[in-house]
Amino acid sequence: MTVVFEKTKGLTDVQTHYCPGCTHGIIHRLVGEVLEELGILDNAIGVAPVGCSVFAYNYFNCDMQQAAHGRAPAVATGIKRVHPENFVFTYQGDGDLASIGTAEIVHVAHRGEKISTIFVNNAIYGMTGGQMAPTTLIGQKATTAPFGRTEEHSGRPIKISEMLSTIHGAAFVERVAVNTPANIRKAKKAIKECFQIQLDGKGFGIVEVLSTCPTNWGLTAPESMKWLEENMIPYYPLGNFRRPGEDE
Amino acid sequence: MAKVLMKGNEAIGAAAIAAGCKYFFGYPITPQSELPEYMSRELPKAGGVFLQAESEVAAINMVYGAAGAGARVMTSSSSPGMSLKQEGISYLAGAELPCLLVNIMRGGPGLGSIQPSQTDYFQATRGGGNGDYRMVVFAPSNVQELVDLIIEGFDIADQYRNPVMILGDGMIGQMMEPIEFKAPIKRELPVKDWATVGTGGKRKPNIINSLYIAAEALEEHNIKLQAKYKTMNETEQRVESYNIEDADVVIAAYGTTSRIAKTAIAKLEKEGYKVGLIRPITLWPYPYNEFKKINPNCKGILTVEMNNGQMIDDVKIAVEGKFPVSFYGRTGGMIPTPDEIVENVKKIYGGEK
Ligand SMILES: Cc1ncc(C[n+]2csc(CCOP(=O)(O)OP(=O)(O)O)c2C)c(N)n1
Ligand code: SF4
Repeated sequence: MTVVFEKTKGLTDVQTHYCPGCTHGIIHRLVGEVLEELGILDNAIGVAPVGCSVFAYNYFNCDMQQAAHGRAPAVATGIKRVHPENFVFTYQGDGDLASIGTAEIVHVAHRGEKISTIFVNNAIYGMTGGQMAPTTLIGQKATTAPFGRTEEHSGRPIKISEMLSTIHGAAFVERVAVNTPANIRKAKKAIKECFQIQLDGKGFGIVEVLSTCPTNWGLTAPESMKWLEENMIPYYPLGNFRRPGEDE
Repeated sequence: MAKVLMKGNEAIGAAAIAAGCKYFFGYPITPQSELPEYMSRELPKAGGVFLQAESEVAAINMVYGAAGAGARVMTSSSSPGMSLKQEGISYLAGAELPCLLVNIMRGGPGLGSIQPSQTDYFQATRGGGNGDYRMVVFAPSNVQELVDLIIEGFDIADQYRNPVMILGDGMIGQMMEPIEFKAPIKRELPVKDWATVGTGGKRKPNIINSLYIAAEALEEHNIKLQAKYKTMNETEQRVESYNIEDADVVIAAYGTTSRIAKTAIAKLEKEGYKVGLIRPITLWPYPYNEFKKINPNCKGILTVEMNNGQMIDDVKIAVEGKFPVSFYGRTGGMIPTPDEIVENVKKIYGGEK
């Protein structure tokens, strides 16, 4: 019998706890595949955030540390400075990275810290029950924005990739989505390129992945994919914002 | 080895390097900035890395990452900065990671002053971060002791897989004294086979974590931690005492104030008073047992601190109501004088020697 499809070695055999239709699972799989394909699983040290992906430390098949809310980039810095030869990555949600941890992500980019970040933007706080995130769209309802987010009250949703791409030390910045097979393939390509940049010692890399939260958006899984496409992508345009050497 | 004259803050750096510390993450704040400055200069020469973090919050989390990755690592700060580090300290304790923390205290609350104080006693000994955790807290009273305790502190941290804190104040940080680097007592230290260094394809992944989402699992983790703290409590108490078996009055003081208390005691002795001293070297574990040796006819205990009375709570626990306990303290960067202490001891005597 020929094997045509296999589970990646980048993930453990532990069953994930993600809600049905949540794209955290797809993103995990892409990261796992890239770690395996680049041959860096044995050498990788990952940092898990708080939020729905807190248990990432059980899912990725490599050494892992769990970090306080938003502090994963600082934790990763500590690890990377001790083991510059290891591959170090963080996996963070938008509440984690774009709210409580904005200082840490800006400064890890600013220092050109040679780590890679997977930034999962689902425009809401998933784990704590659907509160507003800095990335929540205008008009989008959240448990702490019950009538929909307004610009007047909470400002416009923060565009992390655009912001980080203004920082010299951010060698690689790309925004992708995982709502269609074609976009999933592009997402994997971006993650691979991002990780390679760390391996080449070129600086900090981040891939922002537009993701769904059917549970807290109050939509079915297919509706969520559609909502992502119709609402998130127009505000958070996909594409590469930076590659090494682009502002020399 | 010959003695060298060094400023407290710089001596901390030299001692840490002598102890094999390879990583320092910090953020400037008076009166401890000479320490990160020293480390930025000297640590690279010793094959280590100094990194100035963007904040105290980031610094302590860098310590967490480095400690989890198996390194000997430290950070230092002064009071307001230490407040920011509490989140990370709680995580370090929860994930059982060894590191050395230095707090060179200044006056508070809030931005306070840059002068010496002992106002962070509660925060250091009661756990300023969330959760039931403990750590060994050393209160050195001179620069030599500072050096010795830094070196030991790293070993204790590794032995128990727990943060260790050196609680000094602006006085000891800024003071210059002759010091000698003695060979430390060698401890059998456990191998860091739990560290995240990459699996190398040879073992299952290591996980550094403080999350135990199931109630039973978290309780079990806490029971294990408490057992560890119990061992620390029983084995790591340090105290210096003087003349307490036949003293009429005993002064309880630590760090800088204990030095002033010693001057006061010398003055009082010349006048025929019998005054003893208990100087806790570890503020946690607190040397409660030492107070059991006090002369049963002692008239009272005077606690002296550079705060409004924090250690006095531990002194009251220690004496179990057997002696009256009084307090004398100065704050805001004011330092108690020997004469003020003399006067307060005489009050306890109530006129009769
Ligand atoms: C200091 C601190 N504040 C608040 C929390 C509670 N908390 C846990 S997860 C979370 C939000 C996470 O949202 P996000 O990063 O968007 O991840 P998601 O769950 O959506 O994947 C919050 C606020 C915490 N764990 N720590
Ligand atoms: S709450 Fe939302 S983000 Fe979290 S697992 Fe469920 S669907 Fe995914």
